[in-house]
Amino acid sequence: MSEEERTDDEGGVIKKFMYVNRRAPYGTVYALESLEVVLIGAAFDQDVSMVFIDDGVFEIKKGQDTAEIGMKNFSPTYRALEMYDVEKLYVSQESLAERGLTEDDLLVDVEVMPDSRIADLMDEQDVIFTF
Amino acid sequence: MSILHTVNKSSFEKSSLDSCLRYAKDGSTLLLYEDGVYAALKGAASEEKIKSAMQNHKVCALGPDLKARGFSQDRVIDGVSLIDYAGFVDLAAEAEKVQAWV
Repeated sequence: MSEEERTDDEGGVIKKFMYVNRRAPYGTVYALESLEVVLIGAAFDQDVSMVFIDDGVFEIKKGQDTAEIGMKNFSPTYRALEMYDVEKLYVSQESLAERGLTEDDLLVDVEVMPDSRIADLMDEQDVIFTF
Repeated sequence: MSILHTVNKSSFEKSSLDSCLRYAKDGSTLLLYEDGVYAALKGAASEEKIKSAMQNHKVCALGPDLKARGFSQDRVIDGVSLIDYAGFVDLAAEAEKVQAWV
């Protein structure tokens, strides 16, 4: 938990919300659902971060083109997160390496960090949603 | 004729590919599709598994699923054949039966 309570201009409490994404896009609905929850949550002016670990790193792979599988390509939405003040995007270095990916493969600016650092960030949160 | 084994789950998350390879007989065909295609990526932890499977099996991956996920042919392990939906149908029709490792 946060050590001290932060408040916004109107005295409302600002909590640290972390969304942990660990599923690949398209094969299941988790990735898309997570994105929708993040966008809804963004309306509440909280301190939001998104973490991409395990197969979740595939959500932000550059160059997705779903024309031939008949599904909506929702990857451009990750680039719009900035407009909703969701700017803290963290990616597991180990998860990228295990999948043969590098930071250059990703379609948004992120901070790549070791799992130990991500564990520390998780520890600091008030609320964690995992998809 | 033999079995067409299909795998549609990520090998990083589920054991479907491992199970499939444990039971697939030499000469049978492996088709990776949907999240199964991630196993065919160069430099991924699954690379040696797929290379080893290619010694005894024809290994294919569904191109449209790779493209949807942002991967072009140059990111796929050499020797894995990329096929389209018509190719999927051909493989299924040519095989004696299809075993879907869902």
